[in-house]
Amino acid sequence: MSAVPLAHALGVCAALFALGLAGLLVRRGLLFSLMCLEIMLNAAGLAFVVGGSRWAQADGQVMFVLVLTLAAAEVAVGLALLLQIHRRFRSLDPDAVAGMKA
Amino acid sequence: MSALFYTASAVAIAATLLAITRAHPVHALLYLIVSLLGAAGVMLALGAPFAAMLEIVVYAGAIMVLFVFVVMLLNLGPGAARDEAPWLRPRYWIGPGLLAAALLMQLLASLWTLDAPTAGVEIGPKAVGMLLFGPYLLAVELGSMLLLAGLVSAFHLGRVQPARGSSE
Repeated sequence: MSAVPLAHALGVCAALFALGLAGLLVRRGLLFSLMCLEIMLNAAGLAFVVGGSRWAQADGQVMFVLVLTLAAAEVAVGLALLLQIHRRFRSLDPDAVAGMKA
Repeated sequence: MSALFYTASAVAIAATLLAITRAHPVHALLYLIVSLLGAAGVMLALGAPFAAMLEIVVYAGAIMVLFVFVVMLLNLGPGAARDEAPWLRPRYWIGPGLLAAALLMQLLASLWTLDAPTAGVEIGPKAVGMLLFGPYLLAVELGSMLLLAGLVSAFHLGRVQPARGSSE
């Protein structure tokens, strides 16, 4: 198996993270915000796998499994919140929930 | 293997770019699934088959299907696309695009000096499992508690609110 340069592999992670960040800054809908968070988490997990691959250790994949667990829990709570917001305000615009009830 | 790496990373980056620029939620989700499959290909090329399979089964399979279910449940379709479309004008992309590009350039500049190759050795599921249920056992237990907490809070948040005054 020919080896890929570490800089290229980490560069892919950096590119995915930057794309997720740009999406998070631009998109307004809550669903798109959650999706961009997923992209960024996935890039971080990929960086862990790259690190594990650099030193030929399984620790990187262990950390990836933990990142996966975190992503699953985050998505479950986030989507439940999104359902409630859509049920109450009939919209996925975060500005709809900007007001506080004193 | 490096051919697989470069193809899969090109697919992942292109699909992510398409996913964050779509106005229709379902199209964006489908592109995101393709992007995750590309990331799984990258992991496979880097010699992490277990992580690649988990990426497909858990990420592309379970988490993205959750997203698709929510989109179907909320009946987000052309209406949501109409709401999103005004925000996708090119001038809204300038600021965030520049910021993200600056971050990317900085990261790439610092990475460019790295001269090390990846090991190119395949690390199978057995090594990962031995590590997960050996030294990382506490982390696995904490992860299961986190999932349980996520399950309980999703159930609590997702239920239909009873009429005001009937509870309490």
